[in-house]
Amino acid sequence: MATHAGGLTATRTVDVHGLVRRFCDRTVLDGLDLEVGAGEFVALLGRSGSGKSTLLRALAGLDRDVAGAGVVEVPENSSVVFQDARLLPWQRVLANVVLGLRGPDAVERGRAALAEVGLAGRERAWPSELSGGEQQRVALARSLVSEPDLLLADEPFGALDALTRIRMHGLLRELCVRHRPAVLLVTHDVDEAVTLADRVVVLDAGRLAVEVTIDLPPPRSHRQPQFLAYRESLLRALGVDQTEG
Amino acid sequence: MTASVLTRPRAAARVPARKPRRRLGPGRTVPFGAAVGPALLLTLWTVGSATGWLDARTLSAPWTVVATAGDLVADGRLQENLAVSARRAGLGLAIGVLVGTVLALVAGLSRWGEAVLDGPIQIKRAIPALALIPLLVLWLGIGEQMKVTTITLGVFVPVYIHTHNGLRSIDSRYVELGESLRLRPAVFVRRIVLPGALPGFLLGMRFAVVAAWLSLVVVEQINSTSGIGYMMDLAREYGQTDVIVVGLVLYGLLGLASDGAVRMVQRRALTWRRTLAD
Repeated sequence: MATHAGGLTATRTVDVHGLVRRFCDRTVLDGLDLEVGAGEFVALLGRSGSGKSTLLRALAGLDRDVAGAGVVEVPENSSVVFQDARLLPWQRVLANVVLGLRGPDAVERGRAALAEVGLAGRERAWPSELSGGEQQRVALARSLVSEPDLLLADEPFGALDALTRIRMHGLLRELCVRHRPAVLLVTHDVDEAVTLADRVVVLDAGRLAVEVTIDLPPPRSHRQPQFLAYRESLLRALGVDQTEG
Repeated sequence: MTASVLTRPRAAARVPARKPRRRLGPGRTVPFGAAVGPALLLTLWTVGSATGWLDARTLSAPWTVVATAGDLVADGRLQENLAVSARRAGLGLAIGVLVGTVLALVAGLSRWGEAVLDGPIQIKRAIPALALIPLLVLWLGIGEQMKVTTITLGVFVPVYIHTHNGLRSIDSRYVELGESLRLRPAVFVRRIVLPGALPGFLLGMRFAVVAAWLSLVVVEQINSTSGIGYMMDLAREYGQTDVIVVGLVLYGLLGLASDGAVRMVQRRALTWRRTLAD
């Protein structure tokens, strides 16, 4: 993992080239290339088992014991949001947010990050006292408090109910506008991808098969005809036949 | 609208009274639950002695034991022996807990540590303290050193076993979280490993405090000239069952009190946990 500096790559946050990942004799990623620009929001779609999480874990540097090859360049300061909030149950909310944060102003920054996700006043709560959506908001605060250049999110809203998910979409968009990290959001939800991302890529057979730049003004919604067009083309790329439903 | 008004009472009448759902947890706590069993034993003992069903030579009556305890306190023998015993148990416990925790950390955080340490400790677990005493007497003599060492050996094993187990059952997802946050090893140990292993450690402590008093019995009844065990051993030679029972009750109370202390710490330290018992 190397940090790039200056020159042509200055606006490129992620640079993946020829990435191969193999589990036993099954090749999950097969020479994948991916670039993410600074501050760009990329959604990664793919059928279940297509290797979305494998790619994300490779970018996060969490796949030490996996066989493979390729070049992965990501910024040193990147953070991960998991599908489960993954809060330490034995630490209070604020301590969870500042976990891994150094410096004398850590607590102050932690408080500010909690306020940003709408949880000011819950600093002393135990994670088990929070709802699923609140826990995931704490996890968001934890991953943004270090002002990362890259945010890697592995189906962060997959375990939430539909209403909470919509609210979280709004929050994530807001936070991304304010902090401008590059984002790679892994999801299986086409609507989520079209709602949030600047660009949607579809992973198939170990490579990025389709790439769609979403050119829609916010706030995006189902009522926009283009939204439906993007949605349909992405569903087709995922092999879902709309006439069946 | 009218139809629904007409049919509602009849429909309501037909609903059978629902049986309350069967409770699967242990249910509400019994007031003074911990005292019920001991109180029952005490009652049996009192009734047995009062009716003559228990011979005083077999087991002294409760009131004799209380009177004897009073005498022992009055002439200072009880406090003196208790102080000596408590010092031994406390010292052995402190060293044993430290050794057990450090070994558990080494074995839990490194595969080599586990390979080297775990086997011998499991072997030690299978050897009774009593069987080790002849060797310890040869090595260390019959002084305090041997006594404290025996207690330490009895204490560190449960602390090691339960702390190690607690450590190893920390969810690997938290380890991954630590890696993704690039925690320094020291922070990882302090914020994730130690609190994660704390429930196991405290369970080990409950066994350890009782083990400390149990080992004390063993060492004080062999080649000893002080302590509660010595007092009881002396009483055996003179056939004083009342003094023996005073010692037994004392051991029981000490074990119970120390276990209660650990449980209190447990409740305080693990407030974040919600379990079946809550």
